[in-house]
Amino acid sequence: MAGKGIVMNSELNVLSLKNIHKAFGGIVAIQDFSLDLKAGEIVALVGDNGAGKSTLIKIISGVYTPTSGEIKLDGQEASFSDASAARSNGIEVVYQDLALADEQPVFMNMFLGRELTKPPFGLLDKARMRRESQELVDDLDVRIPSASSTISDLSGGQRQGIAIARATHWASKLVLLDEPTAALGVAETGKVEDLIASLKEKNLAILIISHSLDQVFKLSDRICVLRRGEQIGIRETAKADKNEIVSMITGVA
Amino acid sequence: MTAVKQRLSGFDFQNMVVYIGFIAIFIFFAVTLYDDGFLTQRNLTNIFLQTAPATIMAIGLVFALSAGEIDLSFGSIVAVSALTAAVVLRDYPLIMGVAAGLGVGILIGALNGVLVAYLKLPSFLVTLATMGLFAGIARSMTDLRSVPVMNEAFTGFFGSGKLFSVPSLLIWTVVAVAIGHIFYRHTRFGAHVLATGDNPRAAQVTGIKVPRVRLYVMMICGGTAGLAGLLYAGRLQAAKYTLGESDLMTVIAAVIVGGTALNGGKGSVIGALLGSLLMGMLNNGLILMNLKVSDQMIVRGLIILLAVAVSLRDSSR
Repeated sequence: MAGKGIVMNSELNVLSLKNIHKAFGGIVAIQDFSLDLKAGEIVALVGDNGAGKSTLIKIISGVYTPTSGEIKLDGQEASFSDASAARSNGIEVVYQDLALADEQPVFMNMFLGRELTKPPFGLLDKARMRRESQELVDDLDVRIPSASSTISDLSGGQRQGIAIARATHWASKLVLLDEPTAALGVAETGKVEDLIASLKEKNLAILIISHSLDQVFKLSDRICVLRRGEQIGIRETAKADKNEIVSMITGVA
Repeated sequence: MTAVKQRLSGFDFQNMVVYIGFIAIFIFFAVTLYDDGFLTQRNLTNIFLQTAPATIMAIGLVFALSAGEIDLSFGSIVAVSALTAAVVLRDYPLIMGVAAGLGVGILIGALNGVLVAYLKLPSFLVTLATMGLFAGIARSMTDLRSVPVMNEAFTGFFGSGKLFSVPSLLIWTVVAVAIGHIFYRHTRFGAHVLATGDNPRAAQVTGIKVPRVRLYVMMICGGTAGLAGLLYAGRLQAAKYTLGESDLMTVIAAVIVGGTALNGGKGSVIGALLGSLLMGMLNNGLILMNLKVSDQMIVRGLIILLAVAVSLRDSSR
């Protein structure tokens, strides 16, 4: 699936990281990391535990500020003071823990923090949120009983679907996925992978962290390997060899 | 079909308990206490009027619990607010007394809120401490003396008055429940309260100002306690440090029985109203049964235990 039929229609990079460096006190978490992401492209970020993947996600999503280096969004230099600044610039994150409010209905989660209101009193427009949520999950083929279902009544795969649907709804440029299938069974993993693959058509750039090389090879266009904060290399998935990636991750030839 | 099933499974047992309990206790008293006048319009109205302060405190507590916080200090706030209003009303007009009483409540709520939201202290411990602190302040304010409220506008407005032959306490209850319900269910603030109590991290990463929500719910608790203090002072035409002292258990029980989760993310203002009426009915029935005060306390404790156990039954799965 990966590699064929990709339309690199935009010469402009959605996200461009150049010589990113991040240190916590004396400890270097990320050194000299550079990566360009184009619209409609899925790049996988792989590496062992502690390689710096999550740190990198946090830098891109505005949680951490890099010690040095340059972040460009649509060619414009960008620096996000916090996560909401990154969010308002069209960057959305699907966190490992999904960040869903379990006792609330799907539609309230979809619009969490960005609830729609209606005049004249500025009360919640639940009907519209419900309708738009339904359209969204239908569009992405996330099968749930209804947009009014409570999150705690949904399966792990459905919840993951909701979290991804929410991110794609609000992201205008970039979606970061942190281990999107780590907690899922085989069948649900397959569904979520299909969902992620379908995001390419929405012309979003996608950066995905995954421990499953099978998944990485199935979904991604390029693979970026990190080891102990160091960028080992970027490979085009179609031309890459699994053994090569493994030895890049482990450092054992 | 699946939609119907979904509806049914979504039908909230916890919210049902309060209706079932309400009807069961009502029928029980209606039958056993018929000769003692339980069913008379006067008695039923009385139940409603007597529960007005508790209902209004319960509304505040629904917000606090839904945001994952608790307020144990509202009983002490009631006394401080009532005394403040009564003292101010000795020399100043109605509006000053009302503003002082409500303002003190909101201010104490804000103190709780700042400690909880910005110093990140657990609300249980903060309000346990401020409960004691303000119970002491209420006692020292007037040296344990009760302060009469002579201002007739005040006692009418907050106590025995009527508007188009509707008792003012009834109007206060209905208006407070309506406003509380709308804020809770139909505003962004209400949604943020629920999200904060449900999953603070999710609330925070989606841009909700979690500390501010926590501050506001504690202020709402203080404000509703302040209003409850005014209602007590209005109805009794006096303020005393004992006001609100015995309301803690009743109000918490009313809110929990009314379907509000102790650990946040879920609740109901209407349920709290019914829970509060249920507690009021219980009090009333036990008095009509001519039980000794000690026996009343025992029976009430047991029934609250039962009610809370039943309403929390399926939330602990």
